[in-house]
Amino acid sequence: MIARILSISLGAILVENFILVKFLGICPFLGVSKKTDTAVGMGFAVIFVMGMASVFCWLVNYLLLVPLKLQYMQTVAYILVIAALVQFVEMFLQKTMPTLYQALGIYLPLITTNCAVLGVALLNTQYNYGLIESLVYGVMGGVGFTVAIFLFASVRERLEFADLPKAFEGFPIALVSAGLIALAFMGFSGLKIW
Amino acid sequence: MNIGKQFKDGLVSQNPVLVQLLGMCSTMAITTTLFNGIGMGISVLVILTCSNVVIAALRKVIPQKIRIAAYVVVIAGFVTMVDLLIQAFVPELSKSLGVFIPLIVVNCIILGRAEAFASKNTVPAAAIDGIAQGIGYTIVLVVICIIRELLGSGTFGAGIFGVNGGGIRIIAEGYPALFLILPFGGFLTLGCLIAFMQWTANRSADKARKESEAAK
Repeated sequence: MIARILSISLGAILVENFILVKFLGICPFLGVSKKTDTAVGMGFAVIFVMGMASVFCWLVNYLLLVPLKLQYMQTVAYILVIAALVQFVEMFLQKTMPTLYQALGIYLPLITTNCAVLGVALLNTQYNYGLIESLVYGVMGGVGFTVAIFLFASVRERLEFADLPKAFEGFPIALVSAGLIALAFMGFSGLKIW
Repeated sequence: MNIGKQFKDGLVSQNPVLVQLLGMCSTMAITTTLFNGIGMGISVLVILTCSNVVIAALRKVIPQKIRIAAYVVVIAGFVTMVDLLIQAFVPELSKSLGVFIPLIVVNCIILGRAEAFASKNTVPAAAIDGIAQGIGYTIVLVVICIIRELLGSGTFGAGIFGVNGGGIRIIAEGYPALFLILPFGGFLTLGCLIAFMQWTANRSADKARKESEAAK
């Protein structure tokens, strides 16, 4: 079991990184990566929501949809679970942990439309993961997201001082540098040892 | 209602991918063969048009506070329909696009158009907006697919033409630059395309400025 958890974690963080290899969650990756501290804040919010979403979508799927033979409603059910979850997390944090709520602030509502969150729920179902495996995959996928967005934000902070061709200013150069980070992550594909 | 302007917006001046920078995930993830690109483009076109029409028709009924949730339910319904239709009639497409078909639900283009256009306009205008933006998205996907497939695997139209759907081979085996098929190629190709778009926009702005200066 420990080897299994380890291989799932390693896969989700490095080998099959959600952003750089699977292309899930590109919008917040490009949108909130201008500064490292906001990038890390977003990363932690995503870890939290991805872990929760994995667990709740697993429960909804195996306790509700499968017994009622309603698997074709998966997409609708999952997106509703995620939207409700994000809303609930927001209210809960506001009441109980105002400091954390303020740190995450505007990023929480944005997470509903983050495809990494819906993606992790759908992939858990596709891979037939159990409850614990789903939780591990969700949390570690979020960690992978955080690692990638932190690296990318650090690169982007330096890019502001670079002398670029006018046409490449802004988004294009950000995409090209994200591509170079993705190329570096290709090196981890040799880690598939389990 | 100005149909010509709506189409120009969707295809060029407000192109969803190259100018509004929406729907990046699918644009980079699935554009490795022409077959994938056309399949994804048409799916988004159909879903976007249907959801635009329904949302425009219901725009006076949906309460302001829960509008996003209502939009998401409408979109998710159409995505489920398209997903099941693709699984039934084009199983190869369903296999190669995989999780990215259900993920159309969170494609920002659809929610973005619902919020920015369909919720404020009449049904016919929303339908035309859906078609125009969908075609704009499809064209960008097809262009990226052709570039990546041609340079990355050396073929054209794998899955559509050729013997056993192998596509038409244009660059001999062993020569194509394989990295364009990898994730890196997706980022690079899209980055260069957006740069090209900015270059043309800058150039026409320069031209207009010079002309106005010359007129003085």
